[in-house]
Amino acid sequence: MKRDPEPQAAVRASLAALLVAATLPALAHVQQGQAAGFATGLLHPVSGLDHVVAMVAVGLWGAQLGTPAIWLLPVTFPLVMAFGGFLGLVGVPLPGVEVGIALSALLLGLAVAFEWRPPLWSAAVLVGFFAIFHGHAHGTELPPGQSGLYYSLGFVVATGCLHAIGIATGLVHRWPSGRLALRATGGLVAAAGLYFLVGAVA
Amino acid sequence: MNARSRRAHRLLRWLPSVGLALWPALASAHLVTTGLGPFYDGISHFFLSLDDVLPVLAMAALGGLQGAAGGRRVLFALPLAWAAGSLAGWMAGGPAFTQFVPALSAIVLGLLVAADRRLAPAVLLGLSVALGLLHGWMNGAVIAATNRGALALAGIACSTFVAVALAAAAVVALRAPWMRVAARVAGSWIAAVGLLLLGWSLRG
Repeated sequence: MKRDPEPQAAVRASLAALLVAATLPALAHVQQGQAAGFATGLLHPVSGLDHVVAMVAVGLWGAQLGTPAIWLLPVTFPLVMAFGGFLGLVGVPLPGVEVGIALSALLLGLAVAFEWRPPLWSAAVLVGFFAIFHGHAHGTELPPGQSGLYYSLGFVVATGCLHAIGIATGLVHRWPSGRLALRATGGLVAAAGLYFLVGAVA
Repeated sequence: MNARSRRAHRLLRWLPSVGLALWPALASAHLVTTGLGPFYDGISHFFLSLDDVLPVLAMAALGGLQGAAGGRRVLFALPLAWAAGSLAGWMAGGPAFTQFVPALSAIVLGLLVAADRRLAPAVLLGLSVALGLLHGWMNGAVIAATNRGALALAGIACSTFVAVALAAAAVVALRAPWMRVAARVAGSWIAAVGLLLLGWSLRG
């Protein structure tokens, strides 16, 4: 009897992954703080709710606007966010960072709630503008002794994953009830943004 | 079995692997040698140096996005240039400008991947050679400064060949439009990391 190849492939893949997971520590370098830097960078964007809602909202809006915004906005955000981080690292001051972050959640949430469909370039400019504040505020907070490169990698990857969550959630847009749910989610994001804005201004 | 359940089956097949991969042991990558000799030291040096790996992956993806011929061009030009550069660096020592090279490589190549524009073969070749010579030079200087054997340089050059072969082939094989977009997104992430790395370098 011929055996089904799929379970065999699953066993093979699981064994391979088990071997990878069970490897001994790799001891090969003179640099320090890579693992800690990566973990810190990865966790940093999810440690602040203001950050999280804004980045998820970028994905939601991209999914709502459809192609090419669905991938253009999440590409724009990390790139311009990194530019904001760069400005922070070289000491260029940016006023009203917390207000900018709160406004990003508020306006992006409203855009989703009202299904606002501006020209693509202006959506990208809006997202990019707010990304500078996020990058400036959070891209530079590296604890001493950790690797800046790995921190940056973790930070960018986490940001991208939050966008991906937003996009995946936003795909409900294709169903009528999902469309309504998406707009309601945008409303919630906007309400959270308003809350952060009050906190930032007060 | 219909297409939908086949897809679900395929996803299920990878679930245990993904679950296990998310549960790795702590990697403490901080010692000087592997204990396996200079060749393996070179291999580990490359794969644990993210500032080398990221531009190489971006270069391989850029070649792959140009098609199989582009991928092949990068596959042979980059490791050869890397070997030549590392040999020169090993003999001559490190130049002063190396501090910003990894960041600038990641920015330029990451942006080119994100843009996904058709490049002339000569441009692709030039980028591969420039990347190989610059990063190879830095590697060679580091290896010489730490008094490791020149065989480590061969380990590094072989590693770049393997990394380019795998990454470029993976990108060439992408057929679905969204997968090509995923490669471009990865390029934008590499550029973003490069920009932040440049900031860290300038900050000192």
